[in-house]
Amino acid sequence: MSELLQRARRVGAEVAARHAGAVDAEARFPREAFAALKAEKLLGVMVPTEFGGAGASISEIVSLCHALGQYCASTAMIYAMHQIQVACIVRHGQQSAWHRTLLQRLAGEQLLLASATSEAGVGGDVRSSVCAVEVDGSRLKLSKNATVISYGADADGILVTARRTPDSPASDQVIVAVLKDDYRLEQTSTWDTLGMRGTCSNGYWLHASGDVAQILPLPYADISAQTMLPTSHLTWSSLWLGIATDAVSRARTFVRAEARKKAGSTPPGALRLAEAVNLLQLMKSNVVAAAKLYEQALGSAERLTALSFAVAMNNLKTGTSQMAVQVVNHALLICGISGYRNDSDFSVGRHLRDAHSAALMVSNDRILANTANLLLVLKDDPGLFS
Amino acid sequence: MTAVNDKIREVIREGGALPVDIATLGDTDDLYAAGLTSHATVNLMLGLEEKFDLEFPDRLLRRRTFESVAAIAAAITELLDEKVAA
Repeated sequence: MSELLQRARRVGAEVAARHAGAVDAEARFPREAFAALKAEKLLGVMVPTEFGGAGASISEIVSLCHALGQYCASTAMIYAMHQIQVACIVRHGQQSAWHRTLLQRLAGEQLLLASATSEAGVGGDVRSSVCAVEVDGSRLKLSKNATVISYGADADGILVTARRTPDSPASDQVIVAVLKDDYRLEQTSTWDTLGMRGTCSNGYWLHASGDVAQILPLPYADISAQTMLPTSHLTWSSLWLGIATDAVSRARTFVRAEARKKAGSTPPGALRLAEAVNLLQLMKSNVVAAAKLYEQALGSAERLTALSFAVAMNNLKTGTSQMAVQVVNHALLICGISGYRNDSDFSVGRHLRDAHSAALMVSNDRILANTANLLLVLKDDPGLFS
Repeated sequence: MTAVNDKIREVIREGGALPVDIATLGDTDDLYAAGLTSHATVNLMLGLEEKFDLEFPDRLLRRRTFESVAAIAAAITELLDEKVAA
């Protein structure tokens, strides 16, 4: 096991798991887990070593999200969302002096980054913006009615999407990185949800000002295709796999205990456990294959912006998000009333509620519609290992 | 090349791919900056395949292939040449 993974497991088992119940019940930011992640220097791990980070690969980040997902899904989701923002700066900010300094601070100060992509008035389409960057000399101004800024109140900085100029069409967007001193948040909605309650995904009006150098040089469309989408789908899928893994682990313990009680006969839940483990393996294969595909394509803008790559990442997301619920549901059936209870060691209620967010956060229907559109022009791929 | 460019402009206009009139843009102007969305790009690809009676291979199905009239023309000319050679 890598040293990074050991650190993440330690934070997960010793801190995140202990507070997961309270984070869920109170719908509050998992502050203990994030204090521990900062102390273990796990927030800046993707920053390249020349800027003081650990230069972690996407596979390593994915395995850290998977590990955290087994203890507290909200902690894992916030960690994943933070890493998606860091990935954008790492991949697309290194030619800009302002963002190079930000990379050093991400590693040195273990800053936590949030994202403001959703906006009122665009019908849920993050590839459209109403708000625009207004430039005056070397200064910029930006106000956004963000329907969701997960953990916005606890973040040290936010990556905001906006139209390039007030005259730009809705789809011509850029990303601006703003730090806590650059912005003011006015909360517009609360986050009292079925699951993923600790992400505190409140809505805010964000009012920011800063230097024009804070705009990432590449258009958002490219950053989204090359980095944000693949990193999102990979980190999310792996933490959903983490949720499912822990649910199956509880079901496994339950079946074993039953088997011990009646040695010689196979407990009724054993067959369903075999099914659940089968599904879990499919999910895992999906995540591992997609992570490999991404690592092979990294560094090639051509391969990353190919429609076939977008379809593969879409499929990863829609597939694993559905399977997570299926697997947890199997675990619930296996553990029966013990799984249904909130006060038992076999409880999978939180897992089930958290897993249900997977199909909704970026709606699967929207992603399937996008895939359907791309398939109108994409050709068949007859190869197996290609 | 001009004939190809004109036909491309026709497809863009007829398909309503852009929120602005294509006549106001030069051959090398960025279509994405002019409001071409990912969804509209796919419709544009389909329109071009129909107009020029060809199929874009997967290696050309990427954002940059469709970023300007000139870029599209380069891809189409390449495919038309391949067709002649075959």
